Amino acid sequence: MSDWMDHLTIAPIVVPLLAGTLLLLIDDRRRTLKATLAVGSALAMVALAVLLLLMADGTVGGEAGNAGVVRIYRLGDWPSLFGIVLVLDRLAALMVLLTSVLGLAALVFSLAHWQRVGPFFHSLFQFQLMGLNGAFLTGDLFNLFVFFEVMLAASYGLALYGSGIARVRAGLHYVAINLVASLLFLIGVSMIYGLAGTLNMADLATRIAGLRPEDRALVEAGAAILGVAFLVKAGMWPLGFWLPTTYAAAGTASAAIISILSKVGIYAVLRLWLLLFGEGAGDSAGFGGTWLLIGGLLTIAFGSMAVLATQNMARLAGASILVSSGTLLAAIGVGQVEVTGGALFYLTGSVLAVSAFFLLIELVERGREVGADVLAVTREAFGEAEEPTDDGEIGTPIPATMAILGISFLACALLLAGLPPLPGFLAKFAMLAPLLNASGAMPATSWALFAALILSGLATVVAMTRAGIDVFWASPGSEVPRVQVTEIVPIGLLLGLCVVMTIEAGTVMRFMEATAQSLHGAQEYVRSVVPPSKASGMTGGGAP
Amino acid sequence: MEIIVALGIGVLTGSGVWLLLRPRTFQVIIGLSLLSYAVNLFIFSTGGLRTAAAPVLERGVPGDLAVQADPVPQALVLTAIVIGFATTALFLVLLLAARGLTGTDHVDGKEQQR
Repeated sequence: MSDWMDHLTIAPIVVPLLAGTLLLLIDDRRRTLKATLAVGSALAMVALAVLLLLMADGTVGGEAGNAGVVRIYRLGDWPSLFGIVLVLDRLAALMVLLTSVLGLAALVFSLAHWQRVGPFFHSLFQFQLMGLNGAFLTGDLFNLFVFFEVMLAASYGLALYGSGIARVRAGLHYVAINLVASLLFLIGVSMIYGLAGTLNMADLATRIAGLRPEDRALVEAGAAILGVAFLVKAGMWPLGFWLPTTYAAAGTASAAIISILSKVGIYAVLRLWLLLFGEGAGDSAGFGGTWLLIGGLLTIAFGSMAVLATQNMARLAGASILVSSGTLLAAIGVGQVEVTGGALFYLTGSVLAVSAFFLLIELVERGREVGADVLAVTREAFGEAEEPTDDGEIGTPIPATMAILGISFLACALLLAGLPPLPGFLAKFAMLAPLLNASGAMPATSWALFAALILSGLATVVAMTRAGIDVFWASPGSEVPRVQVTEIVPIGLLLGLCVVMTIEAGTVMRFMEATAQSLHGAQEYVRSVVPPSKASGMTGGGAP
Repeated sequence: MEIIVALGIGVLTGSGVWLLLRPRTFQVIIGLSLLSYAVNLFIFSTGGLRTAAAPVLERGVPGDLAVQADPVPQALVLTAIVIGFATTALFLVLLLAARGLTGTDHVDGKEQQR
């Protein structure tokens, strides 16, 4: 493999960092230039992410094999246990690709008017992408904290973007809760460092089994505190009340990209739990799995009730994020390779669907006089800013708008509820089938998961049908919304990808299964980061 | 020394949590600051408490954690201080914006009905 390909691993962090910094320096009035730069950076990231995914899967620039390729990028070329490493494996590559696709869609959507609402939109957006990519790629706990903070700082900016009472009120809670979660993160990380003596995730995985018995309980407590910090992000039941309010109050383009933030929490749980408390963890193996499963089930229950109870479509989208988070946590908590594979498939589909739904809501609400509640808040907040100021409407309103919006809405409903033929159904099937096929009697928790998945789907169908009837059938007096091409194309892109996932389900599922396999048996990951001599003769102990 | 540090962390955390649960935004931000001081002290203490031990190596003397202080928690605490300071400043701006927009310093943006 060539030299330049090694450096591609860090490119998803460097490209948005440079683009965001450059965009800071350009005057806000040179809108076309800024938009071109931002979209160029987003396109470059999509191309990079596709290349990285192929590299991680072993298709490009590496020996092909089912094991996949784990790529290490050592910053400053320090030996991997002394310096900071970035690790690219299948899961990281998948998440980076998802981020870049969502980034491109939300950015193109924002060109119509969101970019004009306030200053520094493009820079905030690029830094958001940088934080997300960094969190997915890092192989070091403390660096994970730093990238979490980058990501959160940018998301505070994006959630508040456009200002207004509703956003500031929701943002105040959002920031306070995340600051506390960050403090918990720090406590967890420092407890683990103090006892195990390392911050490198792979090195930590080799040391868990050899811990002294008196240290084990404390390390597990540290990991649990760390887990709470991640679960706040993921919106697990008692920790997720902030989520629907914040996401509903955020601007459309911002909500579309920060909707992946809850999946960062899921990613961190998936990565660390399987790495640290997998089969090789000795006495600690499987620590906390039951909590994830039960917490996930409770989150599904709460999310389903929130989905049914809400009248506002943006809150409905927020509540469906809770349902998807709960589904993922419960599926991860089951701890079977096949179920995890299905969960990854579900994650990909639901991230695309929720993001498309957030974008769609604005277009649909635009035509409604009844649904003016959300719009009224927006108008009040922006004053005249929402009116196009200088260059008028870009493009012309497209024909058959209602038909296109209706089909998109239907697709979102099918995806969120998990009905055939779209990936939502395939993913639920992939998660439930291994539970049924397992030999012996099915445990009660599996039945509970089974019921929760089906019932949450039913709740989503009911809520989406009600919202759909309200918007498309029951308001004949409302005008057809004016929708620009740049606004409908991103939705088409996201939903189109879901259709592709359905058609290519075999290929995608094989990839997800392989990812789940390498997550559950993490030897490849550990071996790539920790030099073999070190891994075999573990030092045990830790810090003095 | 351990007792004093532990008590200090405990008092800071206790006051921080209490203030965090108060209804005024100013109390919340002071609570967050106190909590972050407690966490910073906690991170610092995970390297082991020791007097007169430098975290830097000397020429000719082999590095040994029995003689030197662990430099990693000190580096971590520095990063945590910087990040905590920046996010608290951001929260302060938000607090002022909320005060200006809603006309009250209640965390929910409106006074409770009595």
